[in-house]
Amino acid sequence: MIHHFDDLPYAYDALEPAIDEQTMRIHHLKHHKTYYDKFIAAIEGTDLASAPLTEILKNVSQYSPAVRNHGGGYYNHIVYWHSMTPATHTQPSDALLSAINQQYGSMEAFKNEFTQAAVGHFGSGFAWLLVTKQGELAISTTANQDNPLMDVAQIQGTPILACDVWEHAYYLKHQNQRPAYVEDWWKVVNWDYVSEQFAKASQ
Amino acid sequence: MAFELPALPYAKDALEPHISAETLDFHHGKHHNTYVQKLNGLIPGTEFEGKELEEIIKTSSGGVFNNAAQIWNHTFYWHCLSPNGGGAPTGAVADAINAKFGSFEKFQEEFNTAAVNNFGSSWTWLVKNAAGELEIVNTSNAGCPLTDAGVTPLLTVDLWEHAYYIDYRNARPTYLDAFWKLVNWEFVNQNLAG
Repeated sequence: MIHHFDDLPYAYDALEPAIDEQTMRIHHLKHHKTYYDKFIAAIEGTDLASAPLTEILKNVSQYSPAVRNHGGGYYNHIVYWHSMTPATHTQPSDALLSAINQQYGSMEAFKNEFTQAAVGHFGSGFAWLLVTKQGELAISTTANQDNPLMDVAQIQGTPILACDVWEHAYYLKHQNQRPAYVEDWWKVVNWDYVSEQFAKASQ
Repeated sequence: MAFELPALPYAKDALEPHISAETLDFHHGKHHNTYVQKLNGLIPGTEFEGKELEEIIKTSSGGVFNNAAQIWNHTFYWHCLSPNGGGAPTGAVADAINAKFGSFEKFQEEFNTAAVNNFGSSWTWLVKNAAGELEIVNTSNAGCPLTDAGVTPLLTVDLWEHAYYIDYRNARPTYLDAFWKLVNWEFVNQNLAG
């Protein structure tokens, strides 16, 4: 078995006050863990038990809804946790900033467009910044636990930043106010991680 | 004419301890109300101006459909619940459930399985289908059985996390236990009688 359920890369209260400790505990220990457990149950005893997660997701249309939903949930939350950090003042790399400026005109314009996508996504899902197969940045949203790696996604590529907009990501602190959650989420975005992922995806 | 938020058919604390006043405060006062406000913002100047809500649901898509259907779904859901509800069904719906599912317990089991496995923000319904038979149906997001010709919604449970997150967190099955203690079988019977 090459799959494993990891600790968060920071303490549960580390993102306070943007994301509260109780939300992070339930989100990681209940929601994420349940996706992981159900994913493992779905692949145990099959060839997928030894296949890399990203390869499974790239061919997800060939597998059961359980692999799509729970494998997606397992992967998406890993990207989401790493997309955030308690460290202040992380900055996009020169290469990433230059790509953002080229694609969106400015960092502010990019953030506005991403926020609109995240706030405007109807129902449970994720908002993504990804690098397309053509090597360009793109913003997309996916329903439920789908993601841009999946061969079922409308816009495909490598995710480099994830914002979870399931209500469980923000309901205890922000209730129906998804815009306030997304505004708080920007305060803890880990630009070092996004820059690293951008560099890897652009190779 | 603009749509208005329908009043809850009971007090905000009437469903406690199963569904809290805090949940209903957000669910009715914020979520349901926001769908009303958004729809009112979307329809002026469109073909939907002056149309009845059900007609809009049957003929629209995108944002208009999402908000219109969510208005209808929530109003229907409020009426499916009652502080005097719960227990076993009565009347014609009890007979119809026994005829279709074998027993109330088997129906509950099947409905719960459908609801627990309805992935993401969604609704689970008991409907009378076009053939006149009872059927359990899952819809996603704002999905509403009114868009299927000849289908009559009888009962629904809201499975968006906002329906249960304050009271039950991630425990959707526990919320379903609470739901059964509130089901307004009188309303379900009215719907079946059409």
